[in-house]
Amino acid sequence: MFPKGTKRKFLDSAEDAATATVAGEQGPASTRTPSPSYSLQRQSLLDMSLIKLQLCHMLVEPNLCRSVLIANTVRQIQEEMTQDGTWQIMTQALAAAQCPTDRLVATEVLCRQSDPAAAPYPLVGGLDRGYHSEEVVMEAGDAHKEALPTQSYLQQQEEEEEEDGGDEDGEESEGEDVDERPEVDSRPGEQVFGTFEIKQQPPPPPPPDPALEELFSDVDPSYYELDTVLTGMQSAPKMGPYDLLESLSSHGPQPLSPGASCRSDLNELDHIMEIIVGS
Amino acid sequence: MKCFSRYLPYIFRPPSTILSSSCHTEADIISTVEFNSSGELLATGDKGGRVVVFQREQESKSQPQRRGEYNVYSTFQSHEPEFDYLKSLEIEEKINKIKWLPQQNAAYFLLSTNDKTVKLWKISERDKRPEGYNLKDDDGRIRDPSTITSLRVPVLQPMDLMVEATARRVFSNAHTYHINSISVNSDLQTFISTDDLRVNLWNLEITDRSFNIVDIKPANMEELTEVITSAEFHPQQCHTFAYSSSKGSIRLCDMRQAALCDKHCKYFEEPEDPATRSFFSEIISSISDVKFSHNGRHLMTRDYLTVKVWDLQMENKPLETYQVHDYLRGKLCSLYENDCIFDKFECVWNGSDSVIMTGSYNNFFRMFDRNTKRDVTLEASRENSKPRAILKPRKVCVGGKRRKDEISVDSLDFSKKILHTTWHPHENIIAVAATNNLYIFQDKVN
Repeated sequence: MFPKGTKRKFLDSAEDAATATVAGEQGPASTRTPSPSYSLQRQSLLDMSLIKLQLCHMLVEPNLCRSVLIANTVRQIQEEMTQDGTWQIMTQALAAAQCPTDRLVATEVLCRQSDPAAAPYPLVGGLDRGYHSEEVVMEAGDAHKEALPTQSYLQQQEEEEEEDGGDEDGEESEGEDVDERPEVDSRPGEQVFGTFEIKQQPPPPPPPDPALEELFSDVDPSYYELDTVLTGMQSAPKMGPYDLLESLSSHGPQPLSPGASCRSDLNELDHIMEIIVGS
Repeated sequence: MKCFSRYLPYIFRPPSTILSSSCHTEADIISTVEFNSSGELLATGDKGGRVVVFQREQESKSQPQRRGEYNVYSTFQSHEPEFDYLKSLEIEEKINKIKWLPQQNAAYFLLSTNDKTVKLWKISERDKRPEGYNLKDDDGRIRDPSTITSLRVPVLQPMDLMVEATARRVFSNAHTYHINSISVNSDLQTFISTDDLRVNLWNLEITDRSFNIVDIKPANMEELTEVITSAEFHPQQCHTFAYSSSKGSIRLCDMRQAALCDKHCKYFEEPEDPATRSFFSEIISSISDVKFSHNGRHLMTRDYLTVKVWDLQMENKPLETYQVHDYLRGKLCSLYENDCIFDKFECVWNGSDSVIMTGSYNNFFRMFDRNTKRDVTLEASRENSKPRAILKPRKVCVGGKRRKDEISVDSLDFSKKILHTTWHPHENIIAVAATNNLYIFQDKVN
């Protein structure tokens, strides 16, 4: 079943590879190199999963079961990629800011239906146009108008339990400075949402706006990222979906003050962002 | 498939719906259906927080071939949308589950729940009203005391039947996460409500206190990898309940062992077949529904592609496994992308535990006869269901030549899913919810 070296019909292989036997079963790690198509498809699955984790209903609490299942899938992929050694390669390559447009192809390959017109149930629209741009996803995905990330509800649960502490995440850069994220975490297995950095840049984000910096200089960066998501991620500066996952770190619960005051801050930020974007 | 070779479909819709099935409001989507323990009543809950109760007509001797139909008996708004100010999140009014209490007097009682709050509703009839008060008129206006010259005793006069629903108890503020199931205990005094991480035990009389009996929340939420998907009390043993998880396991717990039932007494899980393992294996193994058989000896579980029947005495593998729609196995990636892979299908036993039923896509639902091992696929659709018509078995073609009546996998409509079904406790009557339409099918009288 493992597609390495196997000749297959194109359409079959797209679905088959996605459901192919996990590499771990196939032999010692040293001799195992996943085929390019399998890697591509696995990568697409990873991308899709991470996008799903971020796109949550803005107003209604996200479905915890679904989020946990997706998170487990991501973890499984990460573990496999770590075993393959491809994890290291990927994070290093992306840290060097390569353009991952090839992932767009992977989505097509992975989830193409033989006749899109015949598919009665619409796939989430934005995905087959590539999810490098959050705007596209938000516009097209009328089935999934969601914005609140996993970070938010996980933190909210922890808030509920009155856990404070955890220092501010010093590794996170200021929200407006998306280019400089030096963290690459190659720790295997444990933290799915560790500080691995996968940057998606097209289109390249605007250079840091001094006005913006000034405006947000006194704002806790974790608030800012939350807000960026809440405002539909349509306003500058753009952040790749993976950047949000920094906040899903194991550094401990984010130091969010009780939800109500956070919310009013975010509303203000929202308002400010609209003004800035408008100009 | 003897009993369902012929059947009579009736189509019911919630009273406020006027639209055809192709365009309807979101609030009309039926989210749960449940017969009561006598089968006389059928309750449906919808996304708009309403409950509609149907009552079976008394069978008339003059028309014996016309079995009792179900008519609307009562409609009420069970839950309203709420806003959680602390988290700044909406709480949906969608009714997740309805469970009836066995009837103990003239009134009917049911539990209905949304994501956060369980309510006990009393449905009662009123067909008399008092007339002849001294201090007020029959229309309620206060009489001028100076006009009262004699006293009379009010008497009860018949009136048009009125069915009223009143909320008798509200069980709230006990769940941080979304309630996915409720189950009434056989002792008829307690019930459990279950969310993603906890199971709480309530007394039906006490609303300000509940006991937490299962808690799988990890100290660090980052470590969360498994959630509870459903829980149910054993039908006869009041100390036993089972809960299912997103990892495909079922735990049977005995409340006599400890106050906190974190240690299960039985653990049911089928080991994964390494040959079919994929990235989606865990997701499709997640159990969406667990139901005890009426006789209490078996458990049925539904995961994405199969229904399994377990013997309570055998934990390492199920007794029977039925493929619901195995043709979807090759489509898991697409179903993951459009989120259909997370659909939670329910499953039901018939009254004698010999037949099990569950839903699928394209408004199909499946029945499996455990004795004859035969199965059938039926469709709940307006086009195919004229009154007194016979439902034709459907077939999905999985490649190769498609026969005339078959439907190919690629033509299935994944937006038409049958998640909720229920079976009359004694007779061959089933209710099937297809989005905003309720279909009631009966076995045809010979």
